[in-house]
Parts: sequence; C-alpha cells; structure tokens
Amino acid sequence: MSEPIISVENLSKCYVLGHQMAKGDGLRHVIENAFRAPGEWFRQRREKRQASQEAFWALRDVSFEIGRGDVVGVIGRNGAGKSTLLKIMSRITEPTSGRITLDGRVASLLEVGTGFHQELTGRENIFLNGAILGMSKAEIKRKFDEIVAFSEVEKFLDTPVKRYSSGMYVRLAFAVAAHLEPEILIVDEVLAVGDMEFQKKCLGKMEDVSKGGRTVVFVSHNMDAILRLCPRSILLDRGRLQMHAESRQAVAAYSAHRIQQESVIDLTQMVRAGHPRFKAKYTSIRLLGAVNWSIAYGEPLSFEVTLATECGLAGIELGISIFSATGSEITSNLSSHLQTIKTNQAGPHTFKVEYQNLRLVPGSYYVQLGLRSEAGFEDFISKSCEFEVRTSELSSQHKTDTFRGVLVPEVRYDFK
Amino acid sequence: MAKLIIEAGRTERQYWRDLWRYRELFVFLAWRDLLIRYKQTVVGVAWAVLRPFLTMLALTLVMKVSKLPGDGVSPAPLFVFCAMLPWQFFSTALSESGTSLITNSNLISKVYFPRLVVPASSVITSFVDFAIAGVFTAFLMLWYRFVPPVHIWALPIFVLLTFGASFGVGLWIAALMVKYRDFRFVVPFVVQFGLYAAPVFAMTSNVPESFPEKWHVHSQFLQSLNPRLLYSFNPVVGIIDGFRWSILGGPNVLYWPGLVASLVGVVFLVYSGLWYFRKTERSFADMI
Repeated sequence: MSEPIISVENLSKCYVLGHQMAKGDGLRHVIENAFRAPGEWFRQRREKRQASQEAFWALRDVSFEIGRGDVVGVIGRNGAGKSTLLKIMSRITEPTSGRITLDGRVASLLEVGTGFHQELTGRENIFLNGAILGMSKAEIKRKFDEIVAFSEVEKFLDTPVKRYSSGMYVRLAFAVAAHLEPEILIVDEVLAVGDMEFQKKCLGKMEDVSKGGRTVVFVSHNMDAILRLCPRSILLDRGRLQMHAESRQAVAAYSAHRIQQESVIDLTQMVRAGHPRFKAKYTSIRLLGAVNWSIAYGEPLSFEVTLATECGLAGIELGISIFSATGSEITSNLSSHLQTIKTNQAGPHTFKVEYQNLRLVPGSYYVQLGLRSEAGFEDFISKSCEFEVRTSELSSQHKTDTFRGVLVPEVRYDFK
Repeated sequence: MAKLIIEAGRTERQYWRDLWRYRELFVFLAWRDLLIRYKQTVVGVAWAVLRPFLTMLALTLVMKVSKLPGDGVSPAPLFVFCAMLPWQFFSTALSESGTSLITNSNLISKVYFPRLVVPASSVITSFVDFAIAGVFTAFLMLWYRFVPPVHIWALPIFVLLTFGASFGVGLWIAALMVKYRDFRFVVPFVVQFGLYAAPVFAMTSNVPESFPEKWHVHSQFLQSLNPRLLYSFNPVVGIIDGFRWSILGGPNVLYWPGLVASLVGVVFLVYSGLWYFRKTERSFADMI
C-alpha cells in the first residue's frame, strides 16, 4: 500500500472532570478553620480541589492507518471515543498526546445543519452553511442548482428555515454537505436523523462519494450501513482500539460485546388491566436464543411461557400476539386452533411456542398475552415483553432496510 | 499539498494560511448578523439611520441642559456626534465580539475554521453601522453648512485606529469569556462607565497637564506626571480627539503626545489580544 492518507499514532485525549466538593464543609466550618489555622486551610482547599478532579481518557493510545480511497467505518458503543476521534481529526479539539498526519483536504460532517440560522431563508442558509463548511462563494454558486435539486425544497427556497418541516430542514442541510468535495470526508452519525426515504438517499450519496475515490471515515450505529459501505472497520471500546479489520468481523465483535443476559421476565408482579378470573396466571416469558432480548434477523423466534393454575382447568387456550413498536398488531394466534390443552391439577406449566418461518424486519416488537379456559377469561397482559430483531449479514443481504412493513415473505416472481 | 500534522501544542504556520483560505467567512458571518438583525422588522434598514439620529438628539439635549460649552465654535450636535461616532463603533464592536464566541458556540464545537474569524466578523458588523452613522454625520455637516478642515483626509487613519482598539479588546474579552463567564457582566458595565470617561461632552484639552494645586498631590513622582498624557493612554481618548480634529478642526487641537500614547495603547492591545487568543484557542471547543 502506498503512503497512507491518514496516519494516527498513539493518539490520546484526556478530559478533566470537575466534581462538586463535598457538602460537608459548611460555610461556618470554613470560616472557623480559616481563622484557626490559615495555612492549613489553604493547603486543604488545594488538595480538595485536586482530588475532586478526575481524569477521563476518551481516547487511549489509538493507532491506525487509512489508505487513499479507503472507506472505513468506525463503530463502538456510546462513549467508546468515536466522536472524540473525529473531532480531533477535524481539528476542532487538540489531542493530549500522540499525533495524526493528514495528507489531503478534510471536510467534516459532525452535525447536519451546522450554522443554519432559523431566520434566514433556505437560499441564504445554503450560502452560509457552505461557507462555514469551507466552500468558496464561487463554488457554492456553481453547485447551487445541484444542491437545490438534491434537497427537493425548490418551492420553499425563499421562506425562512424556521418554517420548514424537520424533514425539509435535514434534506437541505445534507444536500449542502453532500456537495463538499474534499479528499478526506469524515461523517459522524448524520444518517441517524430523518425518515427512511432520507436515510436511503443519504446512503446512496455516500456510496457515490466512496465510489468516486474519496477517502471516507464513517461513524455509525447502523450496522447495515456500515456493512454496505465499508469494506473495513475500526472497533473502539472505552477509548481503545479494539480491532481494525474487515467490517464483518468488527460488527460481529461489536455485537458479541454486549452484556450477556438471559431474556426472561417475571410476569407475576405485572399489573393487569380488566377483570380476568386469575384461576390461571402467566408467571414468566422467555425469549429463546436471545441475548439481551435481541435476536438476529433470520434466527427462529420462539418463546417459553410458564403459567400457574390454581386448580385443574379444561380447555386452556393461550393467545399470543406480536405487535410492532408502533402498536400495529402483526400476528395473533390462539393455541386452541391447533390443539386443546388440559391440565388436571394446580401448579406451574410450561409451554414452548415456536414460530416457524416468521421473518420479521429488523426493529422493535412487543408481545401481548391472553389466557382462556373453558370457564372463562383467565389472564391478559397487554405488553409482557419487548424484543428486538437486530440486523445481521442476512438482513443486509436481503436488503431489509429498504422494506416497508414488518414481514419478509418469500416471494417468487414468474413472468407469464 | 503539504501534510498536516495534528499534535498537542503544535503552533501552526497553517493557521495564517487558513485565515486567508477562510477569508470569505469573515464577510459571510458579518452578512448573516446584519441580515438577522433586520429580518421581520417593519422599519428595517431605516433603523440604522434612526439610531444615530435619536442618539444625537439625546446628547445635544444633555449638553444644552448642562450648559456645556463644547469647543465654543462648532454646533453642539456636531461636536457631540463626532465623539459618539467612534465611541459607538468601539462599544458595540467590543460587546459583540466579546460575546461572539459564546453566541456561536454551536459552530465552534462542530466545525473547523480559524476561530479568529468570529470576533473579527463582529467588528465588521459594527463597522457597517459606523459607516451608516458616518453618512449621517456628512448630512449633519451639510445641514449646518459646516465646512470640514483640510486635515479631514486623516480621518481614515483614526478609523483604522478604532478598528484596532475594538479588535484588540474584543479578542481579550472573547477569549476570557469562554472560560470565565463573569465577563458577560463586566463588559456592559465598562461600556456604560466608559462613556463618561471618554471626552464626549468635553474636550481633552479640559484635562490639565499637571495636577492642580488644590488636589494637594504631595509625592514628587506624582507631581511630575502629566494627567493628560496618562489619560491619553486610553486609546479611545486619542481616537475621539483625532475624529474631532479631522472633522471639526478649529479649537479642537490634536494633542500629539496623547495621540502617540493612544497609538501605543492600540498596538499593545492588538498584539497581546492576538497572543492570548491564539494561546487559548485550542481549548475553546472543550470549554465552551
């Protein structure tokens, strides 16, 4: 590989946090002590001030190299140091130690709409924002029409930006930023704003930029986007470089990092609405094969449900409904459609509910539970647990981020 | 293109090149501030003329009521306005550039550009107001059929001096205010007090060249001092004198030692302001 365009060597950034002094030293004590032993008092104050400051290392000894034309993702949990790294690369803040060598013009997109002023019109803000991001007036004029076309706010160009909808605002802001032509482009989670349409457009533009031979450093929490755009990624964890490898590996390492927790919830204490009989009650629900209530797209969805009966009941019917996070019912199902369940005695009972071939689009969902017996309505929990279907390689293969709706059916097209 | 190395404590020669590259930003930020000021107003740009007019009325009233002689020759409104002209420029430039970094904190924490642009553009905004007030002064002279003296050509020099003074002090305040927000209260106070400390209602020549007898100044050292010279180290004094001399002439004589003192003051302010600003600039984004 030829000379790297970005070379980071032992980069560290330390922030000093101040803490509030202990409330113990009331004013009276302070004055008393000051009079009794002035020297002692000064020394104590100085010590206390030093002790109450804490060093927080946002970045610690990070080193890596990026070659010309590379598109590199930077991933990590919140607080890993991603934004700090970008800020230092953009010269907004200085490192505490270490150095970065850049061999090209840098443009940073750390926030969409930096410098936008509410009172100014769209037209004026294009010029202002462009100038702030480093474009010359001539350059902005030249690209003006392109920018307007990309943002689709032509009709509203001469109204103050404060009248724009949030979607228009973000489209316009991104349109200006998208037309920067630096050699190195640094992007920080700007795709986290806006609706699906907009995110698609942004991703498309980012792809164009990367194909154009520019070096891109891309920070995101959207693993789909990272897998799609960046062949290689950097994984940061608590300020340290964990991995600089192929994106697939980095994303896998990132997902594996999360705290392993059993996805089971105790339902006995949950408040129920309505007046069910409660001769049988749900006691717990567990999502099988999940880590922290999250399963990967493509993995089977199965639950283990336990309930307790006070007496023998006939004709027990379990009702399970899956809702999307927005409250739309996706599927509801009654066990009686398939089989009758009968219990002869009181006690706990466990059921395993397995959805075969139900492919849900990555997102958040929750489960509603109902319970009936021959005697009547036994139990009902409107929101027993929430789970998440997270993106995976398969979802990116299936391009699930382009889907509307929640199901991913297997469809075949035949031309007649 | 030369490689850019980012390191702790590295003084960048890049910086001055960057300032040139971002030169358009000076104007853009000033243009933005001016636009915002007059948006959604009915009177609009007319305010820019109305303000000096009303100020002049108020000040003339003060002079007439307190029976101040002015310089004895020029019409009172003109006399007082010639001093208000640079003072308004200085005080608005000072307060606006002082708070400029805080007001633009969202830019400072998200985009890179040489931070010097921010206070500088505030001074430019105040300059535009100054220019409009200058036109108003010209009208005033026409109205009174007042002919300016030959040395009015020297006026641009004093304008430059005012620029320098406001920029220098503005840099100090801007940099200090990032860390110590107390200055937000100091600045309006200084500006209000400064109006009386400046020779707006009277001439500098009213300040004696040695301490008067009845003050009973005992020390030899103090007696040897020239109060007028000391007074002139305040750059605003020299500037106002200069304005009066070049616009009005007549009894408004230029006190040369005072002018030199003011010049020294301005150069010191600008130089030290730049030094302190550059020194603290690297931690702006962290503290703002």
